[in-house]
Amino acid sequence: MLAKRILPCLDVKAGRVVKGINFVDLKDAGDPVELAKAYNEAGADELVFLDITATHEDRDVIYDVVYRTAEQVFIPLTVGGGISSLETIKKLLRAGADKISINSAAVRDPDLIDRASDRFGAQCIVVAIDARRRPTSATTPDQHSQKNTEKSTGASDLTGELAGWDVFVRGGRENTGLDAVEWACEVVRRGAGELLITSMDADGTQAGYDLTLTEAIASRVDVPVIASGGAGTCEHIYQALTTGKAEAALLASLLHYGQLSVSEIKDYLHSHDIRVRQ
Amino acid sequence: MTTIAVIDYDMGNLHSACKGLQFAGATTLVTDSVQQLEHADGVVLPGVGAFDPAMQHLRSRNLIEPIRRIARSGKPFLGICLGLQVLFEGSDEGTEEGLGIFSGTIRRFSPEPGLTIPHMGWNQLTLTQPDCPIFKGISPAAWVYFVHSFYAAPTDASINAATVTHGSQTVTAAVAQDNLMAMQFHPEKSSSAGLQILSNFVSTVRQGQPVAA
Repeated sequence: MLAKRILPCLDVKAGRVVKGINFVDLKDAGDPVELAKAYNEAGADELVFLDITATHEDRDVIYDVVYRTAEQVFIPLTVGGGISSLETIKKLLRAGADKISINSAAVRDPDLIDRASDRFGAQCIVVAIDARRRPTSATTPDQHSQKNTEKSTGASDLTGELAGWDVFVRGGRENTGLDAVEWACEVVRRGAGELLITSMDADGTQAGYDLTLTEAIASRVDVPVIASGGAGTCEHIYQALTTGKAEAALLASLLHYGQLSVSEIKDYLHSHDIRVRQ
Repeated sequence: MTTIAVIDYDMGNLHSACKGLQFAGATTLVTDSVQQLEHADGVVLPGVGAFDPAMQHLRSRNLIEPIRRIARSGKPFLGICLGLQVLFEGSDEGTEEGLGIFSGTIRRFSPEPGLTIPHMGWNQLTLTQPDCPIFKGISPAAWVYFVHSFYAAPTDASINAATVTHGSQTVTAAVAQDNLMAMQFHPEKSSSAGLQILSNFVSTVRQGQPVAA
C-alpha cells in the first residue's frame, strides 16, 4: 500500500527561497538546494518548488535551481508557478523536475492539460486549484470577487452554509466563477495525474484544513489529492489524510519556522495507524 | 575507475540516474554508441514513457541486437522502470516486440475500487531474493518510489528479486538473474534506500561480481 506523503513547499524567487526559514545548521538558509537537502534528510517524501519570480528576466534561474537540486537530492521534485507552455514544461523536466504543477494557465487554456499530459504523461502533470468557499446567500460574481479579495486575517469560519467553492487564479486575486469540484473533475478528465487543492479560506490560519473541500474533490476523482492550507497541528494533517481523503499534505510555514518537524508529523501519523515512510 | 554507460535513447531524463550513479562513486557515460557500451564496466538502461516508442527508439539507433548481446555477455546490466519492461517479450501497452532477454510480458494493473493507477508514490518492497548483492544493507521492507501503470509478469517467478503490493495485486518490483538486474521503481528517486541500491550496483560492477544472488 502506498504511503501517505508529507510535502514541504518552498517559495523560490529569482533563485532564492523567500519567507524566512528557521533551519538550524544551514550554511545558507536562502539556498533552495541546501533546504531541499535538509528536507530530504528530515524525511520529506517529495519537494515542491513554487517559483514566485515576478520578472521575465529572472525566470530562467529556476532551471538552474532545479538542475542543481536534482544533482544532490534524490526524491521527487515538483515545480510550479507561472508555467504556461509545453516548452517550459519540457525544460523543467529536462532539468530534473519529476512533476510540473499548473494553475492559472490551466484555467486560461484548459487544453494545455491535455497537451501536456499526452506529451509527458499524466504522472508528471499536477493541476493546482486555489478554492474559496461560496456561501449560500446569492451574490453576483462581481460582488463576490470583491469581497473575497479582502485579505483574511484571523481564523477562518469553515462552518457557514455552503453552496460550493469558487476557483481563484492569479495568486487568489481573480475569481474565475468556476466551481472547484467541477473544475477538478474536468482537469482529471483532461489528463491531470494529481491535484493540489489549496483552501484560500484556511490558508495561513493554522486552524485546520478545509476538510469538506478536499473530501468533496477526493471522492469525485481517482487521482491523488494533495491538501494545502490551514495546517497548524499534527492532528490537522491526520484529519486531511483521513476525513479529507487526501493522499498527501503540503506544508510550508509550519515546517519552515520549525513549529513541527517532518519526523514529528510522521511519528504522530504512524502512531495513529497511517502508513508513512519512516 | 568504474565506468557505467547509461543508454541514451531519448526516453526520459537521465540527469538524476547519472547523478545517483556518480554519487555512488561511478563515472557515467551517456551514450548510444555500441562500442562505448561494450567498453563500459557496466550498463544501465533507464527509461520513462511508453513501451512502443521505447522499442522504436532503440531500433532506430540500432541498439536492439547490441543490447541483447551485451546483456548475455555477463556484463553487469541494470534496467530501471521502462528499462525493466523492455527487457521482457512484449507489453499490453503496445504491439512492439520487446528485447526478450527475460521471458514473460508486461501487464496493466487491474482496476479496483479506490485503487489509483498509475501506482505512484512510496511503497514497501518485499525482498524475494534478499541475498542479492544489490540489496546489501537494504531493509527487508524498504520504502522506494514507484511511478508506473504496467508491471512485469515473468514466466519464471523465481527471477523476481522483490515484489510490491498495490491494492490486492502483488507484482514484480525487481528481477535479478546472473549479471542482470532490473527494477520497476526509481532508485534515483528513492532517497537513501535508492542510493544504497545504486551504490551496491556500482560495487558489484567494480568487483566483477554477479548482480543476482
